[in-house]
Amino acid sequence: MKIHEYQAKDVLRRAGVVVPRGLVAETPEEAAAAFDELGQELAVPSEVWVKAQIHAGGRGKGTIQEIPEQHGVQLVRSRDEAARVAARILGNTLLTIQTGPQGQTVRRVLVEEGCEIARELYLGIVVDRGCAGPVLMASSEGGMDIERVAAETPELIFRESFGADAGLQGYQVRKLAGKLGLSGPSVRAADKSMRALCRAFVQYDCSLVEINPLVVTKAGRLAALDAKMTFDENALFRHPELSELRDLSEEQPVEIRVAEAGLSYVKLDGNIGCLVNGAGLAMSTMDLIKLHGGEPANFLDVGGGADTEQVTEGFRALLSDNNVRAVLVNIFGGIMRCSTIAEAILTAYQSVGFHVPLVVRLEGTEVEKGREILATSGVDIVAADDLTDAAQKVVAAAG
Amino acid sequence: MSILVDKNTRVICQGITGKAGRFHTRHCIEYGTQVVGGVTPGKGGATVLGVPVFDTVSEAVEHTGADTTMVFVPPPFAADAILEAADAGVRLIVAITEGIPVLDMVRAYEVVRRSDSVLIGPNCPGIITPGECKIGIMPGYIHRRGSIGVISRSGTLTYEAVWQLTNLGLGQSTCLGLGGDPIVGSSFIDLLKRFHDDGETEGVLFIGEIGGTAEEEAAAYVQEYFSKPVAAFVAGRTAPPGKRMGHAGAIISGGQGTAAEKIAALKSAGIEVAESPAEMGDAMRRAIDRSTGI
Repeated sequence: MKIHEYQAKDVLRRAGVVVPRGLVAETPEEAAAAFDELGQELAVPSEVWVKAQIHAGGRGKGTIQEIPEQHGVQLVRSRDEAARVAARILGNTLLTIQTGPQGQTVRRVLVEEGCEIARELYLGIVVDRGCAGPVLMASSEGGMDIERVAAETPELIFRESFGADAGLQGYQVRKLAGKLGLSGPSVRAADKSMRALCRAFVQYDCSLVEINPLVVTKAGRLAALDAKMTFDENALFRHPELSELRDLSEEQPVEIRVAEAGLSYVKLDGNIGCLVNGAGLAMSTMDLIKLHGGEPANFLDVGGGADTEQVTEGFRALLSDNNVRAVLVNIFGGIMRCSTIAEAILTAYQSVGFHVPLVVRLEGTEVEKGREILATSGVDIVAADDLTDAAQKVVAAAG
Repeated sequence: MSILVDKNTRVICQGITGKAGRFHTRHCIEYGTQVVGGVTPGKGGATVLGVPVFDTVSEAVEHTGADTTMVFVPPPFAADAILEAADAGVRLIVAITEGIPVLDMVRAYEVVRRSDSVLIGPNCPGIITPGECKIGIMPGYIHRRGSIGVISRSGTLTYEAVWQLTNLGLGQSTCLGLGGDPIVGSSFIDLLKRFHDDGETEGVLFIGEIGGTAEEEAAAYVQEYFSKPVAAFVAGRTAPPGKRMGHAGAIISGGQGTAAEKIAALKSAGIEVAESPAEMGDAMRRAIDRSTGI
């Protein structure tokens, strides 16, 4: 689950990470008022930033579709300018390299005090499979695309793995501070922020925490200029406070409904919808379609069950994509009988109202009975004999 | 011989009184697995499917002589169940549960790897030695006893592969699901080592997917140490980066973990790679023929 920059900063601030002062605004008037309030004690006189809040990155370079000269992040020097910039951003569509061509509507901006930047660093934490635990990554190359740094100059990324309960140790902070070229008061500041970040990662069951850039100010202080937090979906049940931070307007309605039904759905760009039981088999089905010259429209895993409700919800999700020209159902019924699965498919088919060709490949217990049920249903479902046959048929049906 | 489980394995089910635990324990018993008890805290003294239920794993082990457990405990309590089993000295823990918080597994794995227990999973279909012992949720009928070891990160895709092998007359010695989570108890290499030492296993088919570097590491191990024929398939060639594809561990991130990289590593280790999921069994056949000089 993702959250906005302003929410991540709020969580991290309470955890002990130093973040610049900022206020959220949903209207130009609120932006102006925020400027006034921050203006009381600005770190850098008259320097305030207005930052669009969406779940995607690349907002600084991104542009407002309706007013292309307007970027997603802008420096302002007066309350009027704050209001003017907020008006150009709020309610409009921000296009960044991460939003996709349709962009994302901006509903809030963060009005934040500027700081005197001496250096920009990078801090990130993920659970690393190799170490089987959380790892803090730090780099002197902050403010840049970290994946490029990882590709071009990996030696500039320093890693320290830490225990989930023990946390980051003092000697590890000193090690990193040395490698990052920090000295004096910055080292103490680094100790506070790095350890707080690692604690927050564990406390909130994160899958990713990223501060890019972590700014070293001219006075030697550290501040998180941008913050990103993603949470482990499997752990949300024990974080009701985080579930409240969810912004459904940033998620596709299809993905929301499908997740509630317990299915996994990822939209792709092709025109052949697929519905499969099992993630590995679902990925393979996408691969199979591609191998036979087709383009998958999605990944959809109905899970181990494949009962009527799930198949119905799955079909709805697939068909809500206007690009879909044909659908392939590929189900390997293990303990679940193929006859039961066939009934589920028929019921779902009828309740959803199919308007594109449907190819079904079933395998598993009572497969003959399942195929017979589909064949004698009176409904126009194409039965496939095996995987290759299924792929060829659905690619042909998609035209 | 097979690996890890056979007709002598004595199994308990943690979570036996739950819907999934009960359903699958019944199927395992019907297959012929020696299920000797179950564990659900608070339900000790009950009898389910003809076997006694205990409050704790150590009581279950003491009274039944069980050496293996299958964990069907819900996600919020599953890591705890795994830790309890390791603490009780159960030598093989098969964790079926999907949805365990990643950091819970980080903590549990830290303990289990230092114990004498072997952990398979979590988020896996289980382990089966055809004709002798089935521990998990896989359909028994698709398997046939033979000499191919199967190791997979998937569930239903594994069944697909096994079914292809069976239909080609290539029976299986033991089939295992490693699990779809980012942190799992055993790796491809752990199991390859066991298959290496198993006299009955003559070849191995392994099934990987995007995310992590397990397949690359396995390829390096095979190249260096494994002389029996190996075939493989990697799912997710068409998966886009940055998106979780169902399994918590199936995600391409930071440019790492792509199917293309894995396939390249496998091929350069001399492993026969199936181009399509429809020909995983054929790839195994080719690997065997190549090694016997056909």
